[in-house]
Amino acid sequence: MANDPVILLDKVNKWYGEFHVLKDIDLAVGKGEKVVICGPSGSGKSTVIRCINRLEEHQRGRIVVDGVELTSDIRSIDAIRRKVGMVFQSFNLFPHLTVIENLTLAPLWVKKTPLKQAQETAMRYLERVKIPEQAHKYPGQLSGGQQQRVAIARALCLKPDIMLFDEPTSALDPEMIKEVLDVMVELAGEGMTMVCVTHEMGFARTVADSMVFMAEGVIVEKAPPKEFFAAPKSERTRQFLSQIIGH
Amino acid sequence: MVTKGAWWNDAGVRAVLYQIVVLGAILLLGWYLVSNTLANLAARNIATGFGFLGREAGFAIGESPLAYAPTDSYARAILVGLANTVIVALVGIAFATLIGLVIGIARLSSNWLVARLATVYVESARNVPVLLHLLFWYALITEALPGPRQALNPIANVFISNRGIKFPLPVWEAAHGWMAAALVVAVAATLVLARWARTRQAETGQPFPIIRVGLALILGLPLLAWLAGGAPTALDRPELKGFNFTGGHTVSPEFVALLLGLTLYTAAFIAEIVRSGILAVSRGQTEAALALGLSRGQVLRLVILPQALRVIIPPLTSQYLNLTKNSSLAVAIGYPDLVSVANTTINQTGQAIEGVALVMAVYLAVSLGIAAFMNWYDKKTALVSR
Repeated sequence: MANDPVILLDKVNKWYGEFHVLKDIDLAVGKGEKVVICGPSGSGKSTVIRCINRLEEHQRGRIVVDGVELTSDIRSIDAIRRKVGMVFQSFNLFPHLTVIENLTLAPLWVKKTPLKQAQETAMRYLERVKIPEQAHKYPGQLSGGQQQRVAIARALCLKPDIMLFDEPTSALDPEMIKEVLDVMVELAGEGMTMVCVTHEMGFARTVADSMVFMAEGVIVEKAPPKEFFAAPKSERTRQFLSQIIGH
Repeated sequence: MVTKGAWWNDAGVRAVLYQIVVLGAILLLGWYLVSNTLANLAARNIATGFGFLGREAGFAIGESPLAYAPTDSYARAILVGLANTVIVALVGIAFATLIGLVIGIARLSSNWLVARLATVYVESARNVPVLLHLLFWYALITEALPGPRQALNPIANVFISNRGIKFPLPVWEAAHGWMAAALVVAVAATLVLARWARTRQAETGQPFPIIRVGLALILGLPLLAWLAGGAPTALDRPELKGFNFTGGHTVSPEFVALLLGLTLYTAAFIAEIVRSGILAVSRGQTEAALALGLSRGQVLRLVILPQALRVIIPPLTSQYLNLTKNSSLAVAIGYPDLVSVANTTINQTGQAIEGVALVMAVYLAVSLGIAAFMNWYDKKTALVSR
């Protein structure tokens, strides 16, 4: 993974009013690399990945995605959003559209794909997330796990180079977490670049190339998972790990 | 073991019993009101019934979309009043919806100035009673605008004065018939084209600029028909003769004041309804749509508004009904709406009960019509879940 990073954060700072959420964040993600970000709530981990596709604006520092720097230029933002797919904690499927319409909306309007082709692509991805039979139902008729798998398929329909996951399993019942993680593991196996905020440490161990631990707006530690779990360098990391793995 | 209690403790028996008591009380009250009224009318020698509707009205009506003369019947006069009410209500609903939608979206704008201006409009418009709106606009038009001799003349042949807005109408020629036909053809062609555009987008992915092409057709075809028909330019122009204008077409100050008052008042409420509808769609929807690369306009059109509509339609129906019913305040500024005409009718005939009953029945029918249409539309946009 020594090639040029596809995502580069260089001394990124962000404030919500007086509150300093991100403090000098440096992070480089190589092509095909899988990064898992963890940390206590309020540490700024979600804010970091939301900055990568400009759902949040950073105030100081540089963010470069696939060679394009994120500025207030609308065209560079559009260009990056087309390359970056995102999956949210609360699914955010469009409730007024059927599953297949959810999947084809962006291909139709953003990529100007013919309807038939967009639908074929959508069905392919629905098969990959193993729910093709739900194509003509509405999101409200699906379980949480199914909705999140639809959300992943929706992001994949734009054929992104990078996938961002913002706590994708936190809103799910325990028995549904596995079905979503299985899809993510499969996706990782295909070489997708992934940045994932999650507390699923089992998933992190199997998939991650590097672990990032954040606390109070700072990256405390970045290491390969083996080192990270076996011998964390900082006291803060050790404390956090003992809390989430302890029970 | 099942114990069987006394029959008067049975929930089903009690429910029936209560309903019988309530129904009886209502019937009793109704019988009392009707018999009391009839006795009083008989004691005062007042004839009842709707026979008066056929008699000659004998009063003039200031403006009328239908042919009407004082020698026509009361029924005809009331019909004219109804037509005036329906016109102001329909035009008012259309404008109020448009203005309300724009202001509602503007209130949520990230542009500080736009959002503040919209807020100032909403707060000042909805916190003044609607009757004052009408009096304000009527006073402004009749007092602040100059008389016919000094009338404002913004465009050739259009005159704005305290007697209303005068504008020219073309003198009828065969070419105008052809223009009307061309318009119908253009609308039909646009509908066909819109269908074709949808299929083409489905097949090739290329969107077709249907709005621009459709507009060009709808404006262009009648223009061609007009040119082909020899381009007649004869106009029936308003001309100043003595103290007032003759010729041309007039929009009365009463109509303008009523329309402005009702529209601007109701638009403020509709703006709030639109705003609440948009806010009811969670922030996550916008974020998900943006993350998919949709533009701001597409997010609003394809994701936010379709969901906001579900929340907007029921209270919007109430506002439409309010506007329609508030149009009865027209009587205060002398616009001959249904209530105004019915008032005159009651004064002349003394048939107050029949007159009021008629007005109530008409408003009820109009309101139920609007409500039925909106309910049908609401069902169409309802959300499926489970």
